[in-house]
Amino acid sequence: MGPKELGLEARGLVIDVPGRPDGRALDLAIEPGQRWGVLGPNGAGKTTLLHTLAGLRPPRAGQVRLDGRGLAHWRRRALARRLGVVFQERHDDFPATVRETALIGRHPFLSPWRQEGPEDHARAAAALERLELSHLAERELSTLSGGERQRVSLATVLTQAPDVWLADEPTNHLDLHHQVAAMALLAEQADRGHGVMMCLHDLNLAARWCSHLLLLYPDGEACWGEAQAMLTVEALERLYRQKLLCVEVDGAPVFVPTR
Amino acid sequence: MSGARARGLSPGLSPRWRHPLVWLALAALLSQGLALSLGSVAIGPDELVRVLTGGGEALHRTLVLELRLPRALAAFGTGALLAMAGALMQILLRNPLADPYVLGLSGGASVAALAAMLAGLGAALVGGAAFAGALASTLIVFGLAHGGGSWTPTRLLLTGVVMASGWGALISFLLAVSPVERLPGMLYWLMGDLAYAGSPWPVLVMAAAALAVVLPLGRTLNVLARGGLQAAALGVAVRPLEWALYLLASLVTAVAVTTAGSVGFVGLMVPHMLRLRLGNDQRRILPASLLAGGALLTLADTLARTLIAPQQLPVGVITALIGVPTFLFLLQRSRR
Repeated sequence: MGPKELGLEARGLVIDVPGRPDGRALDLAIEPGQRWGVLGPNGAGKTTLLHTLAGLRPPRAGQVRLDGRGLAHWRRRALARRLGVVFQERHDDFPATVRETALIGRHPFLSPWRQEGPEDHARAAAALERLELSHLAERELSTLSGGERQRVSLATVLTQAPDVWLADEPTNHLDLHHQVAAMALLAEQADRGHGVMMCLHDLNLAARWCSHLLLLYPDGEACWGEAQAMLTVEALERLYRQKLLCVEVDGAPVFVPTR
Repeated sequence: MSGARARGLSPGLSPRWRHPLVWLALAALLSQGLALSLGSVAIGPDELVRVLTGGGEALHRTLVLELRLPRALAAFGTGALLAMAGALMQILLRNPLADPYVLGLSGGASVAALAAMLAGLGAALVGGAAFAGALASTLIVFGLAHGGGSWTPTRLLLTGVVMASGWGALISFLLAVSPVERLPGMLYWLMGDLAYAGSPWPVLVMAAAALAVVLPLGRTLNVLARGGLQAAALGVAVRPLEWALYLLASLVTAVAVTTAGSVGFVGLMVPHMLRLRLGNDQRRILPASLLAGGALLTLADTLARTLIAPQQLPVGVITALIGVPTFLFLLQRSRR
């Protein structure tokens, strides 16, 4: 599947966070090859934004469009072939193995009567391999650590192989090595012509891996643009209400909170 | 332990996939054989085969074909329906502890049926009232849980549980005001009884129809079990599917309750037990629930009418007596 022309686009979008003024409407496009990071303090609406962009909840105003067509006009299944979501919250109430969990990424591509075929299994196996989970393939989800479970979520979306990735804190629970591996995976997806947007808490991961940034303020205000332009100490200090120091390491800015 | 467990991971209908279903089908057949053989007059396997193929003694023919077979088939169908309803409710509410009884469906059916009995209505009308009661309870629970718009499985479950205890109070009330001579019949109905099951066709046809509806949905239900948002992100039209599931589970429960009164425990226990052994692939769990639920209730009913013959026990007592220790044993073992 080659890169699509338009990608995912927010037009005059106001997300619906109860009891909050509209703030600034979002007009931005996640174009193929771009790596968007969403930064903001707790409760700024990062997850709500991601879910709205995925068509999982209605916006208060404006529109989300994929390939120029409003999400409301897409069939859920057709949308799921193009858009993948890495969720922060997971419901593992029922027993399931790692392999089965990766395999559900193929669901949008299979008709009701079709069993998963060798190709589906191969895709899931490749995704597990990519996330260093092959040795855990037959393990129950309930026996995994938080970080391992997080990688399974990434593997599910990798199996789904969407054109647009919407990842809610993809590095949650991950150790340093796997944080970098997860970011490298998302960057690789972007390099292949997919659009990527991720909510992040780690400024430095954002500074290092994102091409574009969206800063979400708790009052609904927002600003966005190319990462370099957005990564100013003043803007970030206002965002987090936290004094920051900025130093340059290895060609990228590193932000450290001061006491 | 997970490696030892046979799971439907190999593509297609491999023997490995079919394995548990074949065993459960054999168990179902065996339970039918036992139900036909045992009773006031025991009938050996070879005579049973003769009777079923159109031969045998006249007395045996009457016993097997007119008395035992309809009841055994009704027991199978009822058990199958209850287990399937439980499996569907558990997916719907993303809670392995949900079942039609927890959600107040059978409570609604019981109240309506007891009221009909109290009014002195005949068996057919009591059945009809049970059906109406189950559906009414469904609509009330779903309607109330839907209420403010923030519909969640937890809210639905809570609404159901509260409704169920409300129905429980009404049941106690009806029993308290009932004339003494009516009490035994009512109590038997409350504990489940297949003695007045009548034709087995409604439950069997319903079981076949329900399975035909849910089997193509199997993989979709697997995805729904991961939560509504995740399912929607993977292309599932969640809300219509949830409505369909709830209505189907209610219909299935209503037909089962109408046939056999309120038999508890099958809907909760059977799918859960199977899940401990087979994992949670609905394409396997749903047909497996149907077979295992049917086999369990057939066995329980056979015991219910033979244990202290000529007296009969309510079948619900037996399902609980077999079920509770088995369930606890499996749960304990699965903790390793």
